[in-house]
Amino acid sequence: MSDREVDEHTGVETTGHEWDGIRELDNPLPRWWLWIMYASIAVAIVYWILMPAWPGIHGYTKGLLHQSDRAAVVGELKDLKTLRGVQGARLTKASLEEIERDPELQAYALTAGQAVFGDNCATCHGVGGAGSKGYPNLRDDVWLWGGSLEDIQHTITVGVRTGEPHARFSQMPAFGRDQMLSEGQINDLTEYVVALSRRAADKAAVARAAPLFAEQCATCHGVAGTGDQTKGAPNLTDGEWLYGADRTSIHGQIFNGRGGVMPTWGARFDPETIKALAVYIHANAGGQ
Amino acid sequence: MVIDRTAHDGAKREAHPVSAAARVRAISSTKGGLYQARVPIYPKLVHGVWRRVKWALLIATLAIYYVTPWIRWERPGALPDQAVLVDFAHGRFYFFFIQLWPQEVYFITGLLVMGALALFLVTALFGRLWCGYACPQTVWTDLFIYVERAFEGDRNARMRLDAAPLSFDKVWRKTGKHLAWLAIAFGTGGAWIFYFHDAPTMIRSFWSGEGPATAYVFCFLLTATTYYFAGFMREQVCTYLCPWPRIQGAMLDEHSRQVTYLKDRGETRGPHKKGETWEGRGDCIDCNACVVVCPAGIDIRDGSQLECINCGLCVDACDEIMDKVGRPRGLIAYDTDAAVEARSCGKPALYKPVRPRTIYYASALVAVSVMMAWGLTHRSVVDLHVLRDRNPMSVRLQDGSVRDGYTLKIANRSFRDRTFEASFTGVAGVRLKTPGTPAGPGPVRVTVEANNTRAARIFVIAPPGSTTGADTATAFLVRDGKDQALAKTVFTSGGVQ
Repeated sequence: MSDREVDEHTGVETTGHEWDGIRELDNPLPRWWLWIMYASIAVAIVYWILMPAWPGIHGYTKGLLHQSDRAAVVGELKDLKTLRGVQGARLTKASLEEIERDPELQAYALTAGQAVFGDNCATCHGVGGAGSKGYPNLRDDVWLWGGSLEDIQHTITVGVRTGEPHARFSQMPAFGRDQMLSEGQINDLTEYVVALSRRAADKAAVARAAPLFAEQCATCHGVAGTGDQTKGAPNLTDGEWLYGADRTSIHGQIFNGRGGVMPTWGARFDPETIKALAVYIHANAGGQ
Repeated sequence: MVIDRTAHDGAKREAHPVSAAARVRAISSTKGGLYQARVPIYPKLVHGVWRRVKWALLIATLAIYYVTPWIRWERPGALPDQAVLVDFAHGRFYFFFIQLWPQEVYFITGLLVMGALALFLVTALFGRLWCGYACPQTVWTDLFIYVERAFEGDRNARMRLDAAPLSFDKVWRKTGKHLAWLAIAFGTGGAWIFYFHDAPTMIRSFWSGEGPATAYVFCFLLTATTYYFAGFMREQVCTYLCPWPRIQGAMLDEHSRQVTYLKDRGETRGPHKKGETWEGRGDCIDCNACVVVCPAGIDIRDGSQLECINCGLCVDACDEIMDKVGRPRGLIAYDTDAAVEARSCGKPALYKPVRPRTIYYASALVAVSVMMAWGLTHRSVVDLHVLRDRNPMSVRLQDGSVRDGYTLKIANRSFRDRTFEASFTGVAGVRLKTPGTPAGPGPVRVTVEANNTRAARIFVIAPPGSTTGADTATAFLVRDGKDQALAKTVFTSGGVQ
């Protein structure tokens, strides 16, 4: 115990501690500060009683108010569903064409569709839906699997090449990689495909490739190369190229036979969301 | 002319100031420092013509404030039937037959400009009439002083009561006064929120505790500020807080008619006993009646002052005294400094209401009013904004044509549903398409509900060769009968020809 003495200047007792000649006064705590501390303790006790507070071995004290953030979230989600209910119910009943024609439903579908598109589709197809190399452009009038409202709805629902039994599926053979065709044949076919899209091509090579195209390609792409949307075979005459328009790209596609994958969205979205998405995509493609 | 408030002040008056304002100035000039405690002011009740005008305006302005939200004005459909309503939830402002959208807020700006110019003009002609008669601070302070007088009596009784020790009488008078003040303040805050919601619905939901939080917050805020500003701050708001007195000083000149002590007639002042001659002295008997009635706590005989709100109560007080002593009224009157100066020099007073300043203000006021009237009468009920798709900028179709997408935001400000025909100009041979209908060369029909906007997606398909690679200046026109709106935009071919 150190010596407690009274400071001569202030008349206040010191704690008796001294550092380099500096002594500490022993003033009482400010009254307001003490009261706040006592009030805080009181609030804490009330809080323990009202709110979930103490952990136990099996769970925790629930508190008189039974407040639960998890339950609050569940409740809010339920409210949101009810809120969407009116328009959502109308979406369920209305056909895709009706949705697109009714100004109010169309506005609702476009807004909802835009949100869903931005969150899920824009990663590959782009924010505006214009696609990029390997990812189809959804804004033009070229469609691999059909551009009608129903076609779009179905493609979104089942997906493409996901391995699901009902998914859209097409397979371009890897003619080069799997050594089905020789390098010379692939070069000739490349010239043939260039010619199909009304561009200047090596006439001799085109003539050589004609029987080859009829034999290998026409089954899916059609005799005239105009494709087949039921099989997901691209139209080779429209000037729209998923994997590039130049000879190297076309050659690469014949050699490797690439094909993209789109998820089976039906497994993730409810039918109303897919309807809204189909209307949004169809509307922005100018409609087909 | 320089207005010097100390021009005729003798050293004696500096030493023993009679008015509260002069005492404040004396203390702060000797003591210095940034803070000066308020010197309390106990305005005495006065009777007279200006007091009656003030009562009338008090009743009129308060009535306008409290009654306006309850005026009904029938509008079609589900639109609110409240004559004056600021509908924040739906972004509409209703004023009787006028209905404004947020993008037309310039009408409010115009109204404020008109108000400012009118204030300039009135101030240049008649001084701070706004401050003295119509400003809410003045009106509510006047009302609060009226209540104060009802509970505590007139000036002398109030001064005695404040100086008296605590007693039952003092406590109940003070409590009663503050309760009455709070009631008035609550009424003020309560009436405010009716301007933003349907009043009859609001009053019910307010008392049942179902009103929006903002209603309670603003009710509380305005209750608190009314209580504090009119009960406690009073003339300090005008002297220290309000920028208007300082700005209005710039509009005043020696030809502005404002409350003036006619020193040419009043001086030399001094006490006067009945039967004494009035020869060789002024009419002012130095009774301080003008000082004790002043709500701003000034002595008007010190000349034109910053604190003066031009309310004319000292005019009434002085007239009463002049009647008693048998001298003509108007020793303190609405007069000009120039006139006083002229008479002091023995010249006839000359009034100049028409002078460059008033001509400027008046013509600016007329110009803005005409613009506002023209704007309101020629206001279009249809408004069009065009947003061009930027991702992708343009789309090339199989046949080589180019398609650009646009979102047309069409506002229908009329009270009935409208079907507009949207057409596109600037590129020849285009077809227009909107979701749900096939593309065609004709205009696209868009129905917009009454008092609403609709965003319509419209695609413009330009045939091959109709555009160059560069951007083409184009425009959309929407039309219904004679109501139409045009919006310029650009057609982009994205380098595709």
